[in-house]
Amino acid sequence: MNIQGWAEIALTLGLAVMLGWPIGIYMSRVWNGERTWLDPVLKPVEGLFYRAAGVDPTRSQGWLGYAGALLAFNLTGFVLLYAILRLQGVLPMNPQGFDGVSPHLAFNTAVSFVTNTNWQSYGGETTLSTFTQMVGLTVQNFVSAATGATIAAALARAFIANRGEGVGNFWADLTRTSLYVLLPIAFIVAVVLAGLGVVQSLAASAQATTLEGGSQTISLFPTASQLAIKQLGINGGGVFNVNSAHPLENPTPLTTLITAISINVLGWAAFFAFGRSVLAKKDVRALVIAAILLLGAAGSALYVIESQPAPALVAAGVETSVGNMEGKEVRFGVPASVAWAAQTTGASNGSVNSMHASYMPLGGAVTMFLMQLGEILPGGIGSGIAVMVLMAMLAVFVAGLMVGRTPEYLGKKIEAREIQFAMLSVLVVPLSVLGFSAVAAVLPEALAGLLNKGPHGLSEVLYAYTSATGNNGSAFAGLTANAPWWNTTLGLAMLLGRFVPAIAVLAVAGALVAKPKLAPSTGTLPTHGPLFIGLLIGVILILGGLQFFPALSLGPIVEHFDMLQVVARF
Amino acid sequence: MLNHIRPAVVMIALFTGVLGVAYPFAVTGVAQTVFSEQADGSLVRDKAGKVVGSALVGQTFAEPVYLHPRPSAAGDGYDASSSSGANLGPLNPDLIARVKTDADALRAEMGAAVIPADAVTASASGLDPHISPAYARLQAARIAQARGVAVQEVSKVIEQHVEGRTFGVLGQPRVNVLLTNMALDARFARPAAEG
Repeated sequence: MNIQGWAEIALTLGLAVMLGWPIGIYMSRVWNGERTWLDPVLKPVEGLFYRAAGVDPTRSQGWLGYAGALLAFNLTGFVLLYAILRLQGVLPMNPQGFDGVSPHLAFNTAVSFVTNTNWQSYGGETTLSTFTQMVGLTVQNFVSAATGATIAAALARAFIANRGEGVGNFWADLTRTSLYVLLPIAFIVAVVLAGLGVVQSLAASAQATTLEGGSQTISLFPTASQLAIKQLGINGGGVFNVNSAHPLENPTPLTTLITAISINVLGWAAFFAFGRSVLAKKDVRALVIAAILLLGAAGSALYVIESQPAPALVAAGVETSVGNMEGKEVRFGVPASVAWAAQTTGASNGSVNSMHASYMPLGGAVTMFLMQLGEILPGGIGSGIAVMVLMAMLAVFVAGLMVGRTPEYLGKKIEAREIQFAMLSVLVVPLSVLGFSAVAAVLPEALAGLLNKGPHGLSEVLYAYTSATGNNGSAFAGLTANAPWWNTTLGLAMLLGRFVPAIAVLAVAGALVAKPKLAPSTGTLPTHGPLFIGLLIGVILILGGLQFFPALSLGPIVEHFDMLQVVARF
Repeated sequence: MLNHIRPAVVMIALFTGVLGVAYPFAVTGVAQTVFSEQADGSLVRDKAGKVVGSALVGQTFAEPVYLHPRPSAAGDGYDASSSSGANLGPLNPDLIARVKTDADALRAEMGAAVIPADAVTASASGLDPHISPAYARLQAARIAQARGVAVQEVSKVIEQHVEGRTFGVLGQPRVNVLLTNMALDARFARPAAEG
């Protein structure tokens, strides 16, 4: 560990939050339908969308109508992507000559990109054509991210309303977020990245004759365009098998800084946008501080853990001062790798620039734990702040129980219905993660996919379902997941982890919107001070984290103690 | 939900047009015009104009006259159409055995030197174009002997190729293996008997 490493980690985490603030103000203007400087260019396009689709963007929908539109849009996106994947072989722009993919892989991949998970059961450069990557996956990278943002926009309207009815128009929120926020930022980032060396080619590959006379086929893709949105949209699915560890996708320390910031910047922006829309900047600042404290602690822990002497290096008598370099790139080293790992698992991104499977046992545990907290640090665009607000509601509810008062949050009474839906959203995560993992751990068909045995094998299983349910998409890549059992159950876990919380948030919005907006009284618990931040962190750790402790003990934690023994032997 | 089907279908079609076709082609157009070198994969050519690889992608080197790269798990090693890490857990016996074998081999070759970690660990991509300066310096003696030149001459070429941290804080110091090896070939004649 050194000062440079700490500075690089602090820079990565800090810049994302700082840039998120101005973008959040802009995002809030977009949600509210205020004027933006892009109006002259985009207004006509936006209008065309509404006219062609036959929707009235000014008509506010009730929560059921909003949720119905959301589900219909996602279902349609799923069907289209499934079809593209299956028919890849006969579709154009397939210079690689790939066939259509198998039904279970098409199901898994289509669900994966529609739910903003971007779990990759396939190796990108060996499976998917340029057409599939561009026309299939890139589109979902945009609209699945925008779908998450719509949830937060609807929830914000519910908090600001005084005995209101509608939570907004799904089609307007979707279109405006995609066109005004995601598209222009992605375009700028993509061009900058291309300038810094990220490949953007329509050719299948380049052929090289190496200095020693061998031949090398170098796979190429229109990478920069997809990379920009896979990071900004908090998607995470790269065009290459190794994702952002690939030197053509992430060639320099500067590109890794830019793309690591891109992972979180719009997630933070959605926090600030929510605060501006609800006129509750101080309360949302408390949520941001709680998230930063947890994420900063996790990032620091990862740096300390990955700088420890790795058992294989100790056993072989190799230099250990630079940390655990297995599965890491020389240009990044430990600091840029762990900063990324914290960003990608704290947000629901899931792209990787180092291989988490080869992390030290507790390093793997930290990345899993970040996902198990419910993807709220800062999580997906909008979906993160929405679930964080549910956590805050649970925190005021717990405090209300202690003092015997009906709790309020942001001027709305929090009652039984809201708490039920909030708990549903929180509990579906352990249900899916632990439920599927328990079955997989005893099923020969599932165990056949594991590369590592013993506790690390359990970690592979646990990581996979955690990642799928959290809509993260990163992996302990030792697991060979492209098999019917894994593709199907991971697909189901992604659906549960995406749509149960989404519907729960919209149901909460529906309940809150009809309530009167209250002015704070002397009995109202202040929700912006250090006391509340502490309470919130407690609720997040206990509700989100503690349920996973027994499972983590059998995986990474027991592996850690094994490791201490192994290291002591040399 | 049925009344939502029409807007859903129309919207996904329009988004596909704007985000799936117009956006990537616009980025491709700009990138290919302004940054065509990088957009095509930063390919490097020899004097005859033949492509010898990409400046960003590692390749296999086994001959003693060259800097050797890190172990690779991409295909049979540095297969740039099949990127992959080794993905072995930290206690996996295969990993521990592999690192020990590689380290012993390096020690046998270089004497009782300290082996840098990157020399015996597989990278995340299997295509890491770099090695640490320490590992590069360790190989100078072997290269000098194989090429029949002074160690200082080889060291000079290596030191010229040490890249520092960006802005003094980002990333790690490193040496690009392919570019350094091309510089070695340009600086010293390759021994004819090599093979």
